[in-house]
Amino acid sequence: MVIDALVRLGRSGLTALAGIGRAHVLLAGIVGGLPELLPRPRLLLAQIYNIGVLSVLIIAVSGLFVGMVLGLQGYYVLNQFGADESLGIMVAASLVRELGPVVTALLVAGRAGSALTAEIGLMKATEQLSALEMMAVDPVRRVLTPRFFGGFLAMPLLAAMFSALGVLGGWFVGVGLLGVDDGAFWSQMQAKLDFREDVINGVIKSLVFGVVVTWIALFEGYDATPTSAGVSRATTRSVVHAALAVLGLDFILTALMFGD
Amino acid sequence: MGTTRTMEILVGAFMVAGFVALFFLAMRVSNLSAAGAGDGYALLARFDNIGSLKVRAPVSMAGVRLGRVEAIDFDQETYQAVVTLRIAPAYDQIPTDTFANIYTAGLLGEQYVALDPGGSPDYLANGDQIQHTQSALVLERMIGQFLFNQAQESSQ
Repeated sequence: MVIDALVRLGRSGLTALAGIGRAHVLLAGIVGGLPELLPRPRLLLAQIYNIGVLSVLIIAVSGLFVGMVLGLQGYYVLNQFGADESLGIMVAASLVRELGPVVTALLVAGRAGSALTAEIGLMKATEQLSALEMMAVDPVRRVLTPRFFGGFLAMPLLAAMFSALGVLGGWFVGVGLLGVDDGAFWSQMQAKLDFREDVINGVIKSLVFGVVVTWIALFEGYDATPTSAGVSRATTRSVVHAALAVLGLDFILTALMFGD
Repeated sequence: MGTTRTMEILVGAFMVAGFVALFFLAMRVSNLSAAGAGDGYALLARFDNIGSLKVRAPVSMAGVRLGRVEAIDFDQETYQAVVTLRIAPAYDQIPTDTFANIYTAGLLGEQYVALDPGGSPDYLANGDQIQHTQSALVLERMIGQFLFNQAQESSQ
């Protein structure tokens, strides 16, 4: 009885470890395909279109509304202390440092990551990847590498759009609707936010999230059981794992970057 | 060919929009447009107590920001705090007998270094030390002093 439980525990532990190992081997293969991708920028372009351009609408609308809500909520709290002028720094700091990179990563995981997993999983289920291999084309380098770098490049740009539109949304609510002073809103923001400390660290965060989200999406698709049920499970796992990884990593990155 | 071209245009517009957003964050939201770190000249000031003064706190004269606190060190010989002030190069006419005080912005705000100009015809240059300094007011010490005075008054 005890032995059975131990066997189950050991088996699940080994399965998880083997999965992590396969994911890293896949990542090495994907990154190794970069030299072959560079002479063919059209492949990369198509993926930036799929992951980046098609996500712009949801990113822009969410960024605007998140910023507006931050402006509204922040105003109610800050107003109690007579610190309305700090609204700008509050909205901008929370967007640039945290919400921009994190919410963008979560939205991209839902909007583009799930699509990547389903696409790769179906390619596997319908043996398109095997067909490529039969033609002596490495499916990892031909199919996965452009998708990976597309996501890697699109993520920081999307996060920057999210933060910028969020700040504008907060400005619209704070200055336009609630009557915070326009000059104080911007000057407090510029006085307290540092380019290297805040903006660059936010970009680094979103680059890391770009790697993690696309890597998990591609791995789950590539590693899916090649059946319809398998692809459906892989798509769910892709979104769940990507969201958990982004939130967990965000804590670690925040502790490292803004620790002192 | 038509669809490829549309896609290329959209990707181009996407990248432009992304970089415009980054540029907006850099110039409008953060302080990149203000004087960057590293340029300007350094002044030293020794304080008996700097309170909770932090690196990057503003240095101001007449309420106008002239620079930032670049570094805070501790001198083991004199047991004083050595604060390095980085002043923007445009403000190069600070008299040698200037006073450096540590004040608090607002009741609970952050602490900053305020410079009060003296009357000397000579100006401070890179690496010079400000001779006259006044320490930060520590709230507990003030309250302690106040209570002590009260007790003395009531005993008289």
